[in-house]
Amino acid sequence: MTDRTAVVVGGNRIPFARAHSAYRHASNIDMLTAALDGLAARFGLAGHRVGEVVGGAVLKHSRDFNLTREAALGSSLDPHSPACDLQQACATGLEATIYVSNKIRLGQIADGIAGGADSVSDAPMAVSDGLRRALLAAHSAKTLPARLAALSSIRPSHLVPDPPGVTEPRTGLSMGEHQALTTARWGITRLEQDEFALASHQNLARAWSDGFFDDLVTPYLGLTKDQGVRADTTLEKLGALKPVFGRGEGATMTAGNSTGFFDGAAVTYLADADYAAEHHLPALARIVDVEVAASDYTIGGEDLLLAPTYAIPRLLARNGLAWQDFDYYEIHEAFAATVLATLDALSDENYCREKLGLSTPLGDIDRSRLNVNGSSLAAGHPFAATGGRIVPTLAKLLHHRGTVDGRPARGIVSICAAGGQGAVAILEAC
Amino acid sequence: MRAKVDPLEVIATSPLARAIASSSVGKSVATKLGVPPTVDLRRGRILPKGAVSLARLDNSTLAGRTLALLGVETIDPVVDTPGARTPGESGRPVPPGYEGRLGALVIDLTGLWTLTELEYVRGVLRPAIRSLERSGRIILIARTPESYDELEPRVLAQGLDGLNRTVAKELRGGATSNLVWVDPETSPEALASTLRFLLEGRSAYVDGQSWRVGVAEVDEDEARTPSPYAGKIVAITGAARGIGAAIARTFARDGATVVGVDVPASGEALAKVVNEIHGTALQLDITLPDAGERIAAHVAERYGADARLYAIIHNAGITRDRMLVNLDEEGWAAVLDVNLAAQLRMNESLLDGRVGGLADGGSIVGISSTSGIAGNKGQANYATSKAAIVGLVRAMAPKLAARGITINAVGPGFIETEMTAAIPYLQRQIFQRSNSLAQGGKPVDVAETIAYLADPASAAVTGQVVRVCGQALVGQ
Repeated sequence: MTDRTAVVVGGNRIPFARAHSAYRHASNIDMLTAALDGLAARFGLAGHRVGEVVGGAVLKHSRDFNLTREAALGSSLDPHSPACDLQQACATGLEATIYVSNKIRLGQIADGIAGGADSVSDAPMAVSDGLRRALLAAHSAKTLPARLAALSSIRPSHLVPDPPGVTEPRTGLSMGEHQALTTARWGITRLEQDEFALASHQNLARAWSDGFFDDLVTPYLGLTKDQGVRADTTLEKLGALKPVFGRGEGATMTAGNSTGFFDGAAVTYLADADYAAEHHLPALARIVDVEVAASDYTIGGEDLLLAPTYAIPRLLARNGLAWQDFDYYEIHEAFAATVLATLDALSDENYCREKLGLSTPLGDIDRSRLNVNGSSLAAGHPFAATGGRIVPTLAKLLHHRGTVDGRPARGIVSICAAGGQGAVAILEAC
Repeated sequence: MRAKVDPLEVIATSPLARAIASSSVGKSVATKLGVPPTVDLRRGRILPKGAVSLARLDNSTLAGRTLALLGVETIDPVVDTPGARTPGESGRPVPPGYEGRLGALVIDLTGLWTLTELEYVRGVLRPAIRSLERSGRIILIARTPESYDELEPRVLAQGLDGLNRTVAKELRGGATSNLVWVDPETSPEALASTLRFLLEGRSAYVDGQSWRVGVAEVDEDEARTPSPYAGKIVAITGAARGIGAAIARTFARDGATVVGVDVPASGEALAKVVNEIHGTALQLDITLPDAGERIAAHVAERYGADARLYAIIHNAGITRDRMLVNLDEEGWAAVLDVNLAAQLRMNESLLDGRVGGLADGGSIVGISSTSGIAGNKGQANYATSKAAIVGLVRAMAPKLAARGITINAVGPGFIETEMTAAIPYLQRQIFQRSNSLAQGGKPVDVAETIAYLADPASAAVTGQVVRVCGQALVGQ
């Protein structure tokens, strides 16, 4: 029971589309179903009962309370496959992977699918609290006069719809505004950010033209490639963009070095290592260990997007590893400055001592091992789908690399999330 | 390359036009205009409804033994002889006929020796043609001309080709006529898959054709099973849509585990097909130099290190139509690379004995085309590639025989697909009608013929090109 190994068999996603474009008429269920069907076709899972399908969406309609189950039912998987919705903002996909791999390691399931979908195009639009309260009161009123009285409390201002929140409820600041504070605090320059964004586009474009995604992506609604990737972008072009977050001199964050709004879905197929071998399923990488952390960004004034810096040292210590012991680093590019600030923080003596309680900083890493096939700045970031994009990508990279100095190639995934949270996972090549 | 909307098409396919065409008045107008109504062909693994009549020359027993093996009951033929005729109302003698509709007439000519014996063939054909049911069958079985040393039978065997093609043209109501040339040593087991294919609806759009069945060891049960592909892995390129999707479904129906291959950009459609038939999808550009290796690797990875491909169906193909005066090197090379060079490369790696490659006793089927056989204006590149497939099949068949691997091709005529639906209405009507069955074929017709050729029970069929064209007016 205790020595089971959870491995990444593979993954599938649909190409990520800019909001209000190729997938504007697709719902989260549609996209997640498409991602599941592509996965089923790749691994021959049509009619197969999967141990559990786990996923979620950040921008979720209340009617989609069973989003993942509905998607599974609409897919070619055996309808006897149970499903569960899970949500942890942008870490949803990775947290789903953690959930599935833990069940596999406990021997509760032999295989499972983890993922997520997000549509900005088809985002839920809520009614105002005033209108909602009046309608609920009218609904529960027993007599006609009572019902009319309830409805009469509706004011014109109540009729303005309430768009989905993009701000942190406790600070009133958007994610970009929070990052702008961090960017300024860590002194991340505009040029650093633009260079980082450029590398993301160049790396992703090369991976696409090398056919790296041929067995990781299935086209959807006529879209065959990520829409956000700009193979021909340059530092000049990126440098010409106007800042959108921050103020005055410190305003360095543009649409070029920040992720925009995207639609998409992605899933990861995990299995028990023995099960995978028996069923002729590839084992790309095993899930070694995971850690989820949070930062005190409200009262403590900590960096909202640097929560992974709390998770990483704890995870390293538990596994007896140094920050430099990885062959691949996959750090989610919410903003170019998020990744840069994360790296700076982990090599900063004061931060590591005061915030992380470390006697010595974790130090620098070899940045040529970071996001080698591009990440969210180029691919786009449909919130809950990002984990399902990164995990199979890293697993495939590790599998191809095989061994390094006689040990299995090793990689780490780090994803920051709204609410000052961060999920991190270590994977090792099979 | 978006299809233009044709106003005539819009009118002709409007609900009103359909209602008129299907009404009795509309039908009679259509008939008066000389447009014969389209017959719904019998398709699938279904034998003729009416009786199967078996005619045979002296010393001709192969067809009878094969039909017995297949469990098909036969009746004796009605023979038109002067003495058998009765006086008609107008005073003209009426030839004898069958009671009720005849499902098929199988004529065993393997004992053919002299010209005078051909009178018997005429005698059995005349009543049968009159009585044949819709989608009925005339099947001629004869020895190959080159199997005779003597001049007379050798010449006559060749003459049957003209007879068969003429019978096919004279038949109506979706009925077909085909000729099978056999070796003197061909066993009933070796012939069974061919005879059953011809009798069943699977051969609906194969008409006026002749091909050869040689000698091979075929197990009796193998010859009889309706699921010849149970436990076998079959890879199909271009499986996402059209004919490729029909091939995938047909093989799956007959028990195969299907590996669907198509370019990554067609992945969504490929996933649908593959999930429907519980196969696996491989998103792959077959023009990559290592495409064959990747297919083999997929087979080994998904189905185990001992797994071997039973068959590869080279269906993927493209067109870049241009008159030669407008054809540049890119349009020329692209078509030859996808339709021909890629196939040669894939065969080479799948045949080198690697894990996941083609098993001994397996099968390769390619797709030629009437364009390749007859040539077609604006398709110099395509026709060259498709005629080359005929050459490929003929050249490789003897080389692969020692390993028990068969290689064959089909030659589709006008098949109704998304691609041909883009042809303007009137032009399409002409293409559809320019064959003996006066209609276009369905993707499944091509698929069924491929599945017959690749069948383990068709081990004696190799180096053949079977056209699926309803006996198109063009080509052989």
